[in-house]
Amino acid sequence: MDTLLNDLRERLGAKIVRDKLETGQLTIEVKAADITEVCLVLRDDEALAFNQLSDLCGLDYLSYGKADWETRDTTRTGFSRGVSQGVYIDTPDIEDRFAVVYHLLSLKHNRRLRVRSFVSGQPPKIASVTPIWAGANWFEREAFDLFGILFDGHPDLRRILTDYGFRGHPFRKDFPLEGNVEVRYDPEEGRVVYQPVSIKNRVLVPKTIRQDNRYTGSGESRGG
Amino acid sequence: MPEIRNMTMNFGPQHPAAHGVLRLVLEMDGEVIERADPHIGLLHRATEKLAESKPYNQSIGYMDRLDYVSMMCNEHAYVLAIEKLLGITPPVRARYIRVMFDEITRVLNHLMWLGAHGLDIGAMSMFLYCFREREDLMDCYEAVSGTRMHATYYRPGGVYRDLPAEMPRYQETSNRSRAEVKKLNEKRQGSLLDFIAAFVERFPGCIDEYETLLTDNRIWKQRTVGIGVVPPERAIELGFTGPMLRGSGVEWDLRRKQPYEVYDQLDFAIPVGVNGDCYDRYLVRVEEMRQSTAIISQCVDWLRDNPGPVIIDDHKLVPPQRETMKDDMESLIHHFKLFTEGYCVPEGEVYAAVEHPKGEFGIYLVSDGANKPYRLKVRAPGFVHLSSLDEMVQGHMLADVVAMIGTQDIVFGEIDR
Repeated sequence: MDTLLNDLRERLGAKIVRDKLETGQLTIEVKAADITEVCLVLRDDEALAFNQLSDLCGLDYLSYGKADWETRDTTRTGFSRGVSQGVYIDTPDIEDRFAVVYHLLSLKHNRRLRVRSFVSGQPPKIASVTPIWAGANWFEREAFDLFGILFDGHPDLRRILTDYGFRGHPFRKDFPLEGNVEVRYDPEEGRVVYQPVSIKNRVLVPKTIRQDNRYTGSGESRGG
Repeated sequence: MPEIRNMTMNFGPQHPAAHGVLRLVLEMDGEVIERADPHIGLLHRATEKLAESKPYNQSIGYMDRLDYVSMMCNEHAYVLAIEKLLGITPPVRARYIRVMFDEITRVLNHLMWLGAHGLDIGAMSMFLYCFREREDLMDCYEAVSGTRMHATYYRPGGVYRDLPAEMPRYQETSNRSRAEVKKLNEKRQGSLLDFIAAFVERFPGCIDEYETLLTDNRIWKQRTVGIGVVPPERAIELGFTGPMLRGSGVEWDLRRKQPYEVYDQLDFAIPVGVNGDCYDRYLVRVEEMRQSTAIISQCVDWLRDNPGPVIIDDHKLVPPQRETMKDDMESLIHHFKLFTEGYCVPEGEVYAAVEHPKGEFGIYLVSDGANKPYRLKVRAPGFVHLSSLDEMVQGHMLADVVAMIGTQDIVFGEIDR
């Protein structure tokens, strides 16, 4: 893995904003503006030869590290109660909220690499890698559908998993788990109608962050 | 002269050959396909989002429901990801059990595929033969987990419980006579391992039967040879994995190239195709069933000789024995904490992939140190394969679409997630 990092540093130099090795897997972070250039090097350079894109996905860091239940500091009234509905307010201007993560595989060298790129803007936008790896086509459509990240240069950027005419981007952290609309058959109108959802989200197990030092050997904080 | 236009045809989502809920919009020039636009998402349940709202262990059951014909392999990738983040390794017996059940699952999946693929393109009887053998393997699932399909058997740190010493037997009922029950129970006199060993002995003969029906069958070859050819370079570019990639002649198998569990200690071969057409992919999958049988047999031998723990002894992650909860305060607390809050996984991210029967099944897990995943991404092999359908069917006839869907081994549970 060290050799991989050296190879990458040699070829990409300052384009690597950050790099991190954890559980034997290397992650590099690049600027969104550099993504096409970096990916071309990763694919075409003989020493790297990442000829397959295993996976591409969006990521929303809006509620990263925020727990429903304060466990570290007690107050005079005791621990806070886990009463959050698990929904966070949409704050579009937040820096580094969305990221696109690419998982690359080199069949030649039998190595994997994770590339992360934070995307900003309203809506967030990054260049498409479909011209580089043909397999990225549907992955980018999915990331667009679920996170609302635009991929510049994608041949056919349509929604893929959600319903026809769906509104919103369901995997964003500010999108409620139970959704916004539900469907039912309306016998009077004689068709299926959409209406605001009637169910409420119940948090059965609050999100809790605890530091258990026995298992912290492998992980570090996102900032490195 | 009348104006000639291409015809747009809708295929599915309620079509028996669509393998679930695939809706295809086909642009046809006569009977030749110019463009295919798969519409997916009709089975989208937002598994990944649901997993974000639940403690880690509660999502294992969701994994079964992704690719619902290769249940335990899905679980495997998920628990591997958690184990990597926690930095724990299950006991060696658990790893052998996992490998054995992964291979049983592979046979289950390929039997389902062979039966359905055969049925789609005219080999009706295959379906019946394949389902006959699937029944025995489902019984193995039932013996270890209590359910025939959605097992929830793998746990971070091992497997839920050890293999049963006795194979469950049929009971006499009002509509099942004693003689009938006796006949049904003949194979079930010994342990689960005896049952599997008997299956492994019998199964290669069954594969021979399937091959007698199909491999040199003129109609079968007319429907599959030269259909849906994908050259190896293109297969890699498109992100193909598993039998789809090996059918094109690329020797790539995660069990060999990036071994996990105990695959590096087992003896098996990686079959590859030559032409990259539907027929070669058929041959690859049939040979994989034979290889899986060999792996299962090696695991059975090892498991017979090596008893031991099947899950790590760490009650921060694994519930304590139920008996100890009755008189041990510590166990009671552990049990309570595990089932109300779960365990917290250290902050970090990991990608764990297994050689799933359909290809590379990967789990990308991001943890912010909480008791729930921050983000879970399922890398489903079928999703990638289906995305290439447009390219594969261009220039083929309408009837070949069905062969192509069959050869991709599509299951919508994993594609739509």
